[in-house]
Amino acid sequence: MELRPILATLRKHRIPAVLIVLEIALACAVLCNAVFMISLRVRQMHLPNAIDERGISLVSVNGADPKLAASDIPRDLTALRGIAGVTAASVSNTVPLSTNNIGWSFGTSPDATLATQHTVNLSMYFVGEGADQALGLRLKQGRFFTNDEYADSKLGSGVLPGIHVAVLTESAAKRMWPGQSPLGKTFYSKPDYYQVVGVVADVMRPWVSDAEHAYNAVYFPLAPDAMTSGYIVRSAPEDRQRVLQQATQALQKLNPGAVVKGRTFTDIRNRYFADTNSMAWMLVLVCAVMLAVTAFGIVGLTSFWVAQRRRQIGVRRAVGATRTDILRYFQAENFLLASFGIALGMALAYGLNLFLMKHYELPRLPGVYLPVGAAVLWAIGQLAVLGPALRASNVPPVVATRAA
Amino acid sequence: MFGYYLDLAVRSFRRNRVLTALMVLALALGIGATITTLTILRLLSGDPLPQKSAQLFYPQLDPSPMDGYVAGQTKPPAIMTWPDAMNLLRARRARYQAAMAPVQARIVPQHANQPPYFADGLMTTADFFPMFDVPFQYGSGWTAADDDSHAAVAVIGSALNQRLFAGQNSVGKTLRIGDHDFRVIGVLKPWSPQPMFYTVAQSGRSYGEGTSIFLPLQTARANLMSPSGDIECYAAITDIKHLETAPCEWLAMWVQLDTPAAVADYKRFLDGYVHQQIALGRLKRPDDSLLDLMGVLRDQQVVPDDVRLQAYIAFGFLLICVVNTVGLLLAKCLRRSNEIGVRRALGATRRAVFAQFMVEAGIVGLAGGVLGLVFAELGLWAIRHQPAQYASLAHLDMAMFAFTFVVALTASLVAGLLPAWRACVVAPAPQLKAS
Repeated sequence: MELRPILATLRKHRIPAVLIVLEIALACAVLCNAVFMISLRVRQMHLPNAIDERGISLVSVNGADPKLAASDIPRDLTALRGIAGVTAASVSNTVPLSTNNIGWSFGTSPDATLATQHTVNLSMYFVGEGADQALGLRLKQGRFFTNDEYADSKLGSGVLPGIHVAVLTESAAKRMWPGQSPLGKTFYSKPDYYQVVGVVADVMRPWVSDAEHAYNAVYFPLAPDAMTSGYIVRSAPEDRQRVLQQATQALQKLNPGAVVKGRTFTDIRNRYFADTNSMAWMLVLVCAVMLAVTAFGIVGLTSFWVAQRRRQIGVRRAVGATRTDILRYFQAENFLLASFGIALGMALAYGLNLFLMKHYELPRLPGVYLPVGAAVLWAIGQLAVLGPALRASNVPPVVATRAA
Repeated sequence: MFGYYLDLAVRSFRRNRVLTALMVLALALGIGATITTLTILRLLSGDPLPQKSAQLFYPQLDPSPMDGYVAGQTKPPAIMTWPDAMNLLRARRARYQAAMAPVQARIVPQHANQPPYFADGLMTTADFFPMFDVPFQYGSGWTAADDDSHAAVAVIGSALNQRLFAGQNSVGKTLRIGDHDFRVIGVLKPWSPQPMFYTVAQSGRSYGEGTSIFLPLQTARANLMSPSGDIECYAAITDIKHLETAPCEWLAMWVQLDTPAAVADYKRFLDGYVHQQIALGRLKRPDDSLLDLMGVLRDQQVVPDDVRLQAYIAFGFLLICVVNTVGLLLAKCLRRSNEIGVRRALGATRRAVFAQFMVEAGIVGLAGGVLGLVFAELGLWAIRHQPAQYASLAHLDMAMFAFTFVVALTASLVAGLLPAWRACVVAPAPQLKAS
């Protein structure tokens, strides 16, 4: 295909050409950035979480008499384990993605305190006996806690337990001792210290501020205490709704003075990611509508263009151009305009990304988005031009002989 | 003349129905998206107490040890320890001053068969009510003497009063919260400033329903009610139950200062207090700050980043729609070169042709605005059904309603400029000759 006649024509119809280029450029810039933002959110929502998400329910019991916790919790757990379909039950202070977070800074040197630099902030999970089964934790190294360790671990009036053992997630262990085996190592927050007895596959924190620190969590054993007011009930996924309902009823009956609330883990996850999810869908909607508007704009301008050049097309047909030649001409023209638009759009996309990086915590746009965005816009341009181009190719040669 | 242009415009729209519909639809989508996101942005970044926000200030100081301190870079934390809050409260250097922390109040209904439930509460001190111009339906707030004597009194919000006492005057009634009885001394009119500025640094929630129940800080603490908001500790803790003596920050402090002189005075007092405490060895870091209400909201970044990003994207989308409208209007007007030629030959001035096409663009804009309003209402309806904290606030107000048409007309007239200019430079002679 010869490009020279196309370029010559475009130079004569500068304004419509510029408008198409501009529209494609803007669409390209917004599309690349929007799709990037969608992918960030999708990635955040699909971060792995090594617990049995489909089998777990959580029933929180708040406001029961804290002095009776030591006898209430074993009684409640016995009742829960008696419900048909319950495969494991335990207690914990909080669960992943519940937003109910207790963070604490620990260091690897014995003089580390809360205020020291070079500490790692870990979300603390205080769990009762059998929590590894109830949550479906996957042990990677070492062991989980022994019954004696659970029984001996008390909070007293402080925040950290008096026992000196802990289980870390893989990521937390790697962050504290990069490249070393964490088993048997000790971490500190003066005056407390904890030896790592086991490592579990990565479990998310109750509150994930950024993907890099999503798994900084530690498990401590705890004897029944008012702190561990969340009952974790595990069952087969198909039993879960019924089990949750029965568990909630049973616990309300056993603790009439407390506020009892039950949720499946799926509910907890959906609520946590509700905003992220709706933002992602909003972006998808905007992208779809934007591409449609761009396509219709191209259809409109090209149709007008074809109508204006009916006579020229007729002349070309009369002097020997085939229908295919005319069709190809308009397709090539659109491809050329789209290419200019995409080139400009990539620069715009990059600039927009720089602006967003500066003002919002957004990473750099990966290069792969640019060719993909370009391909999408080329495709849309070709699709939009097809109708008007076919109409142009159907212009009969006889038009040339008629007076315009 | 205007009527004639209108008539011409309508005729031209009839001739190209699909093209016109596309133009209006695209513009309306752009306007709908922009107005929806701007409405949300405006709601979220609004002033919670417009008549008073300029007089409300938020003292901050830093009780952490020197470890990790970088002069000029380390900002004082947003919340305060008990001793500092009490010292500032007792100094009475501002017109009003109050310390506060959110609390989950377990309400135990009178009827035995009703399960207890949690209400969003606030532990605070007497000045809270006059300082924030809190409107009372019945009764009043408590006094500083009630604070000091640990009086078991409570002020409840109108929604809780509706739920517990069917909206009747409940002053004097008894309310069981946790394991203690409180006497209701005041009932508020519906009151929930948005964003919920007074606990913005402590609570994860900045929008939505207001506080249901207010309790005197000292009384609640004497009953060992724990704050439900953020607790930040800066040293090893031996006793978390007695937060008064723990090295932890958990209270927000607000003061009312009426004049710039009073603000300057208070800042001097705050600096003096910090230096005195450093001399006593209680504090180590010298920084303090005294932001005003809107400053605190900015500092705490209450408006979610996503909401701003949405507004940017909507603007980008509107821009694309405007470019699209320029293209389609241009296509339409160039197709009518003959008609323009005839009008010019019959004596219409360039200005008249220009005006004609601007009227046409304006009509597209108005139609786009009306349809855009429908899209905006649809968008806001969708947001109201989202689980976001601010969902229930998403309504179009009069100002945004009017602004929609400003945006629509501006967008369409800007879009119409180029086509109208092209139309009015059409030379009449060649057009007449050709046809």
